[in-house]
Amino acid sequence: MTVNGHDQRHDVEPRTLLVQFLRETCDLTGTKVGCDTSSCGACTVLVDGESVKSCTMLAAQADGAAITTIEGLATNGEQHAVQRAFTEHHGLQCGYCTAGMVLAAVSFLEENPNPTEAEVRLGLEGNLCRCTGYHNIVQAVLAAAGAK
Amino acid sequence: MIPAAFDYVRAGSADEVLAALVEHGDDAKILAGGMSLLPLMKLRLATPSVLIDVGRVRDLAYLNDAGDHIAIGALTRHRELETSELLSRECGVLQAVAAEVGDNQVRHRGTIGGSTAHGDPASDLPAVLLALDATCVVRGPSGERTIPAAEFFLGFLETALAPDELLVEIQVPKTGATGFAYQKFNRRAQDWAIVGALAVCNGTTRVALVNMGTTPIRARGVEEALASGSSAAEAAGRAAEGTEAPSDLNATPGYREHLARVLVRRALEAAGA
Repeated sequence: MTVNGHDQRHDVEPRTLLVQFLRETCDLTGTKVGCDTSSCGACTVLVDGESVKSCTMLAAQADGAAITTIEGLATNGEQHAVQRAFTEHHGLQCGYCTAGMVLAAVSFLEENPNPTEAEVRLGLEGNLCRCTGYHNIVQAVLAAAGAK
Repeated sequence: MIPAAFDYVRAGSADEVLAALVEHGDDAKILAGGMSLLPLMKLRLATPSVLIDVGRVRDLAYLNDAGDHIAIGALTRHRELETSELLSRECGVLQAVAAEVGDNQVRHRGTIGGSTAHGDPASDLPAVLLALDATCVVRGPSGERTIPAAEFFLGFLETALAPDELLVEIQVPKTGATGFAYQKFNRRAQDWAIVGALAVCNGTTRVALVNMGTTPIRARGVEEALASGSSAAEAAGRAAEGTEAPSDLNATPGYREHLARVLVRRALEAAGA
């Protein structure tokens, strides 16, 4: 598979989860393990451009896919529009959910480029922020949609 | 949480899946999107010794107009159901309920066949198949057979699929773009339904309940009452008849029965029954 555009070829145990593979084999620790039960969305990455919870996918299932993690979202050192919007609108408090939120938002905006606030909230239903900082996260996603 | 160790077999075609099922028998589980199976394996509630990954059998991912019905390949993802113009026009209820499954991340991976074969009474889609009298097409070593949805769900996580069979297609009738409503009650947006109630009005009115027994079930008492001229509100009073609501952290059986009556009334009213 490719991770952030780089080839990654490794032999793994069948039961290796994609999130483990990314964190432990590829040494990309930006992707977080939160609930580990596919509820919280902290482990969200893009698989062929679509948001997926990497704690609920085997690395073997992602064989041949193109994975994007938070480390690979910027291009040529320039942050993605969603990353900039999270910075500008203070779309984070402790930061633990942020990588997953940003990637879920990137995937959501690909599918729905001009969302309403209600659609943003529904579109991020799979991502929990236990600081309950949803207000600014939603503002950031709306701003990123407007900035495109 | 990591699943218990297992052997991984990747199937490239339906025939390879069937051959692997014959080889590994009861020890094997089929892995489609993994949205139900992998969480169970991580909790060690399921410990298959072999996983047969069917995710690359892409010729089982399709949505076709088959004349008098819509044919849906078992590996069609919820996201594809949710965004299908064909379904929106010809079977709006399936499209709308598919959009209620889990969250975006789950719908990107989960499949209609996986959800159906898993047979969880708290899942959304099995109730739709039941209400629509959908047909499940399964393939085994001796060929294909069809199973009506009413005979497919046998018990908690138990279906009519034999250990050597693969669910390959689901056929749903053309019920049109409107005339249905799904009421899903839960405490967090992405959660399973604590109780769900689906009403489909297409000539007659059919009502299916989610998480009110060991399988998805039809609310026959409500359907009979409506057929004999009761109002939606009166008929909904019979919503808990014949149910065996589970008890868990979220709700007692009594509370679920109350929810069923309220949600069925709302669904009937919204569907125009």
